[in-house]
Amino acid sequence: MRNLSFNFALGLLALFVLTALVGPYLVQHDPLQGSLRARLDPPAWAEGGSADHLLGTDRLGRDVLSRIVEGARLSLAVCAVVIGVAGTVGTAIGTLSGYVGGWLDRILMRLVDLALSLPVILLALLLAAVSEPSFTNIILVISFVLWSQYARMARGETLRVKNEDFVDLARTSGLGHARIIFRHILPNIAPSLIVVATLQVGVVIILESSLSFLGVGVPPPNPSWGAMVADGRSYVVTAWWVSLFPGIAILLVVMAVNIIGDALTDRLNPGLRRNDG
Amino acid sequence: MARLLASRLIEAVAALLLMSVLIFFLSRIIGDPVALLLADGATEGDRQRLIAELGLDRPLLQQYLTFIGNALQGDFGRSVAAGNRDAFEMVMSRVPASLGLAGVALAFTLAVGIVLGVIAAVTRGTPFDVLMRLIALLGQSIPSFWLGIILIYLFSVHLGWLPTSGFGGWQYYVLPALTLGLFTLAAVTRLVRASMLDALASDYVKLARIKGLAEATVVLRHALSNSLIPVVTFMGTFFATMITSAVVVETVFAWPGIGRLAYESILSRDFPVIQVVVLVITAFFILANLVVDLLYLAIDPRMRSRG
Repeated sequence: MRNLSFNFALGLLALFVLTALVGPYLVQHDPLQGSLRARLDPPAWAEGGSADHLLGTDRLGRDVLSRIVEGARLSLAVCAVVIGVAGTVGTAIGTLSGYVGGWLDRILMRLVDLALSLPVILLALLLAAVSEPSFTNIILVISFVLWSQYARMARGETLRVKNEDFVDLARTSGLGHARIIFRHILPNIAPSLIVVATLQVGVVIILESSLSFLGVGVPPPNPSWGAMVADGRSYVVTAWWVSLFPGIAILLVVMAVNIIGDALTDRLNPGLRRNDG
Repeated sequence: MARLLASRLIEAVAALLLMSVLIFFLSRIIGDPVALLLADGATEGDRQRLIAELGLDRPLLQQYLTFIGNALQGDFGRSVAAGNRDAFEMVMSRVPASLGLAGVALAFTLAVGIVLGVIAAVTRGTPFDVLMRLIALLGQSIPSFWLGIILIYLFSVHLGWLPTSGFGGWQYYVLPALTLGLFTLAAVTRLVRASMLDALASDYVKLARIKGLAEATVVLRHALSNSLIPVVTFMGTFFATMITSAVVVETVFAWPGIGRLAYESILSRDFPVIQVVVLVITAFFILANLVVDLLYLAIDPRMRSRG
């Protein structure tokens, strides 16, 4: 059962990444260009649908399938950049905090607590209120909220590793602090950080799509899945497909990532998790 | 214990101050405060008055102190979109509706989540347990804005059982509370299941069994009461999650709370209102966590002896 769902999730995630990377070259329609003659066409199997638009079209006559495929690329890009930025900043701060210890550790960890105590959606709304929505803004807002989780994990793991014999040995053999951190500490704390990153993919996708749904995320006409759901909201009675399919895309990817994240947590850190089996 | 209490209070105040600094920084340095705080039809006279009032020609630190001083008196300026109404009053008038919805959602979540978690733990490994875990997984993966739309389509448009949106009797609470609560429901179910499994394998439960107590007494009285402590510790997180998700859920269901006000004021670029909404929601967020910390101290005596 466990293995089955894990493999299924892995397959879904692979499909998502593949779609994001090569999908846009395979679709027939331009995700940004609509046709006024094909407005709100239903999906192929529904009454009045055609094979030309498998998942139907939106109110501007844009092909829903092409937009979902293009949206996958956007989601993947946001995830990669946010996790890169938040992961690097958070790991650097957490490792430093744990390695140096003392007052620096206390100050940095207070900062982490503070960052965790701010509601993220509101920060994004604030930033959107003073500047135009843009790709950079959304990356900044989400990273600003998520770095603290890496910092906390990196600090805890560094504390665990730094008094191990091999680190002592490296120190007595005259290795510098930077060398010790990069050669001996980071490789040993990496697995836990990878688990945090995996679990965050789902969080990033939900956050990005929620913000885009509210109109403060990735600006139109970029096909963010959240913005597509918002688009279809007013037509849900007559044209349910506009909102339904992008929502299913979000659900599937987030579910896959959650299954994989849970399984990785179990495998790499059996002690980290409560009894859930 | 007094020290712990004091440090929690200081942290709460620090978080609020940080948010106020962020608001101040974003509005005065990244944005143009005169453009943000004045309505479109403002005259040159209005401009000069605002600059003098907020001290926009004075040093930044002094401006910040003016901002905080005004804020402490509930003076955040007037709405630029809603007919010059007082921004603070506008936000406060929306608070009861939001608290009502979050309260109903939280109560529903706890009641159902605890029951499902206990059943899943007791029936561990059976199809029912698998089903519960599947529901928990779904609940943690569904985007709430989409779930809301789907529920409206199913129960209001298609079946006609419940109103599509708006505010009124209990029928109006069902769909928004369900949407707002599903994520937390999944979390509570998982949490209760996990801590019940721990508790059922513990020595005190074994002892209760050896004493020959009825299975129901063992499960409910001995295992469950101890499994609820982690739920209490996470209550603040749950409530805080609900308050922030309210922005999305209230927007979908046209619920007249602060979340929807946040969305509306972004649309109309009503900055004086936005800053109050953000501060008020942050305050609730922090307060919820603080209350839970205190509750935890009261429940678990082991915490009291720690500094």
